[in-house]
Amino acid sequence: MAEVPAMSHDPSYDLKIPVIGHDFLRAGEAASRIKKVLQALNLPPQVIRRASISAYEAEMNIIIHAYRGQLALKVTPDALTLVAEDEGPGIQDIDLAMQEGYSTAPDEIREMGFGAGMGLPNIKKSADKLTITSTVGQGTRLEIVIRIS
Amino acid sequence: MRLSEIVKILQAEVLVPADMERDVLTACGADLMSDVLTFSKERTLLLTGLTTPQVVRTAEIIDLAGIVFVRGKRPGPEVLELARAQGLPLMLTRFPMYESCGLLFQAGLGGCMLGRGAGHEP
Repeated sequence: MAEVPAMSHDPSYDLKIPVIGHDFLRAGEAASRIKKVLQALNLPPQVIRRASISAYEAEMNIIIHAYRGQLALKVTPDALTLVAEDEGPGIQDIDLAMQEGYSTAPDEIREMGFGAGMGLPNIKKSADKLTITSTVGQGTRLEIVIRIS
Repeated sequence: MRLSEIVKILQAEVLVPADMERDVLTACGADLMSDVLTFSKERTLLLTGLTTPQVVRTAEIIDLAGIVFVRGKRPGPEVLELARAQGLPLMLTRFPMYESCGLLFQAGLGGCMLGRGAGHEP
C-alpha cells in the first residue's frame, strides 16, 4: 500500500528508507516505495519518472557496493531531494565513476543486469543537480535534486 | 500494437496475463537494466534474456507495458508473483533476442530511438 502523505496541511514531506548491502532479494523496494509516495503527492509524471530512476540506481549502488545505507526523500513545493548515504568502501575516483561504462561491480552483479557502469551517469542525466561526496573506506553520499516546477 | 498481437507474432506463452488488449507504443531489447532505465519510453515492451526479479522491479519503476522473455528462458515463481502483484503481463517466446525483435519490428512495432517499425516512410 502506498503511504499517502497529508499534503493538504503540510507542503513538505520526509521519508527515510534503510537499504541493506547485498540484499538482492529486496533490491528495488525502496525505489518502489519512493515512487508510490511521489504518485500519491500528484507530482508531474516526468518528475516521478526521473526521481524513480535516480532512486533505483542509487539503491542498487548501495546494495551492490556498500554494507548498509539509506535513501532519504524530501519534497518541498519547488523541488524534491533524494539523499543516498552509505557506509561502504567509498569511491576512489569520482570522475572515473561518472564515466559511462566504468564499473567496479563483480560479474555476478552483471548477470543481474546491473553493474554496467551506467548507474551514476543515469542519475546525473535524470537529475537537475547531483552532488557526490565520498571518503574511501568510509562511505558515499549522493544528493540528487529534481525541480518540480 | 496490442499485446495480443505480440503474443501471436512471437508464438508466445502468456505467463502472467493482464489486459492483453493494452496498446504498446515501442519495444526495447536489452539485458542491461540500466540501459532500459535510460532509453525506454512509456508503454514500452521489454524483450530480455534476464529472468531475475530486478527485471520486474525495473518495469515497475518506469511503467513498462509488459515483458517478453526470449529464447525460452523461464523465470522462477518469485518473478511471476511479483509481476502478478503489479498487474504486469509476462510472456515467453522460444525465439532468440534478434529474431524476436526482428519479427516485431517487421510487423510495425518501432523502437525507442527511431520510433517506427517497418512499413513506415522515413
